[in-house]
Amino acid sequence: MTTETASKPAVKKVGMIQALNMALHEAMSKDDSVIVIGEDVADPEEGGIVGVTKGLSTAYGDLRCRSTPISEQAIVGAAIGAAIMGMKPIAEIMLMNFTTVAMDMIVNHAAKLRFMSGGQTNVPLVIRTATGAGLSVGGQHADYYEAWFAHTPGIKVVMASTPADAYGLLLSAIDDPDPVIFVENTLLYFTQGEPPEPGKRIPLGLAKVVKPGSDVTLVCYGSHVAPSLAAAGKLEADGISVEVIDLRTISPWDKKTVLASVAKTGRAVITHEAVKPFGVGAEISSVIHEELFDQLKGPVQRVGAPYCPVPYSKPLEVAFMQGADAIEAAVRKTLQARAVA
Amino acid sequence: MNSAPTPDRAILVDMYRKMTTIKQNDEKSRAIILSGKIPMVYYSPRGQECIPAAVSVNLTPEDNICTIYRGTHDMIAKGVPLKDLWAELAGRATGTCKGKGGPMHITHPASGVLVTTGIVGSSLPIANGVALASQIRGDKRVAVAYFGDAASNIGAFHEALNMAAVWKLPVIFVCQNNLYGEHTKYEKTTAARQIADRGAAYSMPGIRVDGNDPIAMYNVAKTAIDRARAGEGPTLIEAMTFRFYGHVFGDADKYMDPGEKKAAMAADPVPRYRQWLIDNGHITAGELETMEQQIDAELTEAIEAAIAAPWPEVSELRKDVFAEEIAA
Ligand SMILES: Cc1ncc(C[n+]2csc(CCOP(=O)(O)OP(=O)(O)O)c2C)c(N)n1
Ligand SMILES: [Mg+2]
Repeated sequence: MTTETASKPAVKKVGMIQALNMALHEAMSKDDSVIVIGEDVADPEEGGIVGVTKGLSTAYGDLRCRSTPISEQAIVGAAIGAAIMGMKPIAEIMLMNFTTVAMDMIVNHAAKLRFMSGGQTNVPLVIRTATGAGLSVGGQHADYYEAWFAHTPGIKVVMASTPADAYGLLLSAIDDPDPVIFVENTLLYFTQGEPPEPGKRIPLGLAKVVKPGSDVTLVCYGSHVAPSLAAAGKLEADGISVEVIDLRTISPWDKKTVLASVAKTGRAVITHEAVKPFGVGAEISSVIHEELFDQLKGPVQRVGAPYCPVPYSKPLEVAFMQGADAIEAAVRKTLQARAVA
Repeated sequence: MNSAPTPDRAILVDMYRKMTTIKQNDEKSRAIILSGKIPMVYYSPRGQECIPAAVSVNLTPEDNICTIYRGTHDMIAKGVPLKDLWAELAGRATGTCKGKGGPMHITHPASGVLVTTGIVGSSLPIANGVALASQIRGDKRVAVAYFGDAASNIGAFHEALNMAAVWKLPVIFVCQNNLYGEHTKYEKTTAARQIADRGAAYSMPGIRVDGNDPIAMYNVAKTAIDRARAGEGPTLIEAMTFRFYGHVFGDADKYMDPGEKKAAMAADPVPRYRQWLIDNGHITAGELETMEQQIDAELTEAIEAAIAAPWPEVSELRKDVFAEEIAA
């Protein structure tokens, strides 16, 4: 719906951290019930470890943006309680690994209170959390648990790949009447992109075709969008046309867009940074096989990290992280089926 | 540093050896990171040397500790060989954990370092289990859980203290109170006037001590360790200290009053103790210099060996996930 005209003057790029910060400002300035709690989030504590929440406590007061004790269970619990009361809390859990300490609150409560109360209560909560390998932080600071949360009925899971998407998706997550886990990637924090349109929401549950193509559908999200585009570019040079779809919302995922694309291409690859076994790719691959078996020209391929904790040592971490090469190889593998077909 | 009783000369000197090793190790760590030769995430323990030094001289090699990401001081004091430690920091195959764990997850059971956690609060419940094994076997070993002040606000702390108290576990909870948790000041997040007070809630002794005073720290640690070894149960020690280089190396410390850090650094526990040892005739300046030079040489050798050591093979990703290797 937005129209980019060539005559538009060159706009200044916006960083991921800035885009997230802009979304929080937008939400907090428009709605007094939006509050932010988390470790180090207020300005005396530097507005978050990378500065996503910078300026919020100064602009909207210490009550609406509050640094907490190191108490993840109490943070998420308080956010749930406030949400039931009609507030719109955004709880920051510094890193995704630390959500494990609050798992009872997230899984047994945030996810289920609407259903178990027969719809009498709801939990309009956003949990912002960050993760990602590549910074040599070892086994307890870089895990991806999106599949755990997606496997928990009642929680939505969102992962943005660009600053503008992060802005629009975060606003939708805040608007949403149900709990949303909003996953940020630590390496993407330091990337730039097109500026978001002020106030513009990106609906949850809607994927984006980031590059159209006709031979293979490549489904990705978060940190794997850039390497997917790089792989698609390389394959393009060999005459292989790849359609790249950025899922943006992992649960509920946009079956319509993905299935329409695979119906067209007949081949699919799903890639994510998370460990491959039992991952999001497995679910999407299954649904593709269930819905489109007759139209597939070859088995769906998946790319994901090997089955082990995130290793510390650099060469091990490099081997652990799957990138453009692994994605390209998986796409080529789906095409090998062509000779058989 | 007049708190009596004063331990034997050998113990006094051993404490200094540990403290200066930690201090020199920190200096080398920061320099090597800046040089780019060993890039690593580093939570400097500089300023907190005295605490694990005074605890460790009261431990046997068979006693165990569980520590945290800010833990190189605890590891060195407990006796992790510097060569193995440095190879791990450098991510090499010869490291304590084959390069798989890294600085936040050093494990070296041979010297009694069983767990190093990157999760705030998690050292305590596991130390309970280590102590439980000793209690059941009656082997008289004790377990020490090290953790920070801010960790006393997480559920794991409270659950672990309660269980240790009702089960009378041979465990010592050593809180290293450096007044900050990441960028947040103690008062802003902690309802207790002092963490030691939290011991009372779990019917165990809660003792606050100047963690930068080696003699005072030694005596408090000794009492708690003797008590645990005698089967009389756990103690919570709150050792007051300060971290000189912020939360993580590279931290700009903007959340901190600059005067606060300056004052803490001016009262640096390591040179202060050094002077006290000389002034009280426990050791000469010359002897200390020789010791310091030896430690410097040992550290230099450990770091050089780490840099020269081989990287782990990629096939290591399939090993140690389970006892049996995962098929390729
Ligand atoms: C459960 C959990 N929450 C948050 C973090 C992030 N984090 C790492 S260290 C730290 C501060 C801990 O402060 P303190 O316990 O006082 O120990 P110190 O770092 O001062 O030694 C925080 C919040 C974490 N590692 N684990
Ligand atoms: Mg602290």
